[in-house]
Amino acid sequence: MTFSHKHLLGIEHLHPRDITAILDLADEYVDLNRRAEKHADALRGLTQVNMFFENSTRTQASFELAGKRLGADVMNMAMQASSIKKGETLIDTAMTLNAMHPDLLVVRHPHSGAVDLLAQKVNCAVLNAGDGRHEHPTQALLDALTIRRAKGRLHRLNIAICGDIAHSRVARSNLILLGKMENRIRLIGPPTLMPSQISEFGVEVYDDMREGLQDVDVVMMLRLQKERMDGGFIPSEREYYHRYGLDAEKLALAKPDAIVMHPGPMNRGVEIDGTIADDINRSVIQEQVEMGVAVRMAAMDLLARALKAQRLAEAG
Amino acid sequence: MSATLLTNARLIDPEAGTETLGWVLLRDGLIADLGAGAPGDLPDDEVETTDCNGKCLAPGIIDIGVKVCEPGERHKESYKTAGRAAAAGGVTTMVTRPDTTPTIDTPETLEFVNRRAQADTPVNVLPMAALTKGREGREMTEIGFLLDAGAVAFTDCDHVVTDTKVFSRALSYARSCGALVIAHPQEPILSKGAAATSGKFASLRGLPAVSPMAERMGLDRDIALLEMTGARYHADQITTARALPALERAKNNGLDITAGTSIHHLTLNELDVADYRTFFKVKPPLRSEDDRQAIIDAVRSGLIDIISSMHTPQDEESKRLPFEEAAAGAVALETLLPAALRLYHSEQLDLPTLFRALSYNPAKRLGLAAGRLAVGAPADLVLFDPDTPFVMDRFALHSKSQNTPFDGQRMQGRVLSTLVAGKTVYRRP
Repeated sequence: MTFSHKHLLGIEHLHPRDITAILDLADEYVDLNRRAEKHADALRGLTQVNMFFENSTRTQASFELAGKRLGADVMNMAMQASSIKKGETLIDTAMTLNAMHPDLLVVRHPHSGAVDLLAQKVNCAVLNAGDGRHEHPTQALLDALTIRRAKGRLHRLNIAICGDIAHSRVARSNLILLGKMENRIRLIGPPTLMPSQISEFGVEVYDDMREGLQDVDVVMMLRLQKERMDGGFIPSEREYYHRYGLDAEKLALAKPDAIVMHPGPMNRGVEIDGTIADDINRSVIQEQVEMGVAVRMAAMDLLARALKAQRLAEAG
Repeated sequence: MSATLLTNARLIDPEAGTETLGWVLLRDGLIADLGAGAPGDLPDDEVETTDCNGKCLAPGIIDIGVKVCEPGERHKESYKTAGRAAAAGGVTTMVTRPDTTPTIDTPETLEFVNRRAQADTPVNVLPMAALTKGREGREMTEIGFLLDAGAVAFTDCDHVVTDTKVFSRALSYARSCGALVIAHPQEPILSKGAAATSGKFASLRGLPAVSPMAERMGLDRDIALLEMTGARYHADQITTARALPALERAKNNGLDITAGTSIHHLTLNELDVADYRTFFKVKPPLRSEDDRQAIIDAVRSGLIDIISSMHTPQDEESKRLPFEEAAAGAVALETLLPAALRLYHSEQLDLPTLFRALSYNPAKRLGLAAGRLAVGAPADLVLFDPDTPFVMDRFALHSKSQNTPFDGQRMQGRVLSTLVAGKTVYRRP
């Protein structure tokens, strides 16, 4: 399999066959990860740097583990505590880092487009681990893999994405990916948390969750950030839970075999009822975490192959 | 005193709305005579004659809202470089903004700036002063003294005076002095933090965005205050279709109101931002294509009076940042005319209409004798070829900062020479 992209900056630029290629390879890595001996050497000799300009425990750990299992040398840089505080610009940071010859750069940044900007300035493969409200491609890919494994297919499904769509890069990447794979997407949330003119993306928009959940195959819940809970976007936590929290009663409107997803970390009792999150017959939240490592291994493997091919072409 | 005769020129007369092949005689810095066809015998034998080869001759551009970064940020633009850029762009009068560091809000600062401007600049410079001290929207500036010191208008630039009491008093006081107030119609709370116009594009790119309605709300408020105070008012940039009906009503109701727009909002739209290209970040943000078309129509009908460059120099460091953090603004003194000619080539605006908005109306609004092709008017002229194609190279610009969104773009039409008071201040090499 060849992968024609130098970076993984977003789902927007991927072709459906690129998506399928990543998921197929990720399936193989799921098997590897379930063995006692988990090592492969796809990234042996390569240096992976995780640059997180925004706090993250889960995503960073997942990328770190993915790199280590494939034999890369992995370095984590917590950029919040570092040079940014000293006034260094993003480009300067990128140039400094570039001089250390990394091969894979995993970047998370609070501003939309910042990872694209960085990718223009460095000589290695860049993976977007979330930029502002723009994209979070590996999250969408791991969600896709989870759905494909649970439902046996990744097309012609009714998928509801619920909650804070406006501020969510997870929602954006997911609706692009699931749209490309020809699914029917519904966005559910209060209008204050809905991006403007979102219906032009070929999705159906509901502000009534009960109506929106009718007969869906997949229910994706989004995290509601603490700072958005009080008065600004929604009246209160408890009113939000009443109208948009996923509980047994609302879930009963979906198909009987509908799966429940959440990118984590969850606010139990705000966007999702604890017992549903823990229901092994419905919730695939733990699988999502597992698929995350596999998808990131696959993405980095494919980018590393493209990088090696490019370097070989340049050398020869 | 010798005279200059320009013959065989396509005369663009924005006042009459005509284009005629003819000649212009310049003497003592003024237009001494002009006519169609070839000139008859002239009594003066000291006439220096130039054949314009049928190229276009129009009143020089009067650009309201140029930012020269003196004092405070001379590394971005000085009077010297801005003056050269203006001359090369056919701008014969720069009306400069007070949003410098410090703000131009006292007669002393204004006099300092004026001295520097006159010494370093081959074109006319008319300074504007702030309406409120420090552009903070709390206390009005010394409008009377500033007028005496040469301020031609009063503006807080992109800062909106949010306190309506302060703004209404400043408007009333300005009216009593006969001063023109230029405001930025925008609802500042709704547009706070926005880097794009809300809509499909901003949603896809995940950029914080403002509804175009914020502009209409700002304009509606200002119009109400004009009804209250009777002040002379100019809206610096009207960029959305939704603001136009309010503007039209205000004009029909006899308020002393005019409106401008920027060359960028006339020739670019939000999609040009593409993959977060920060040279396309301007304030207000670029709008939808529907808005752009509506604004072009409004310039054609005369509802929007003035086209400005909104020349805003930013150095590379201010632009090489993630889109949300990057500084807004673009340089445009030299690209103003070639960009405006896009609307001529797309057959949306003819040349007299363009120069009505670029030269005639701004002069009229500021009470200047320039902006016309008429006997007795200052010999501030631009000679240009509307058709020559070229590819814009930002490093060829005269400005110290080269943040133009037109870099690498194909354009058509450029300035051949610029005259200020009859003297050639730029000639295309």
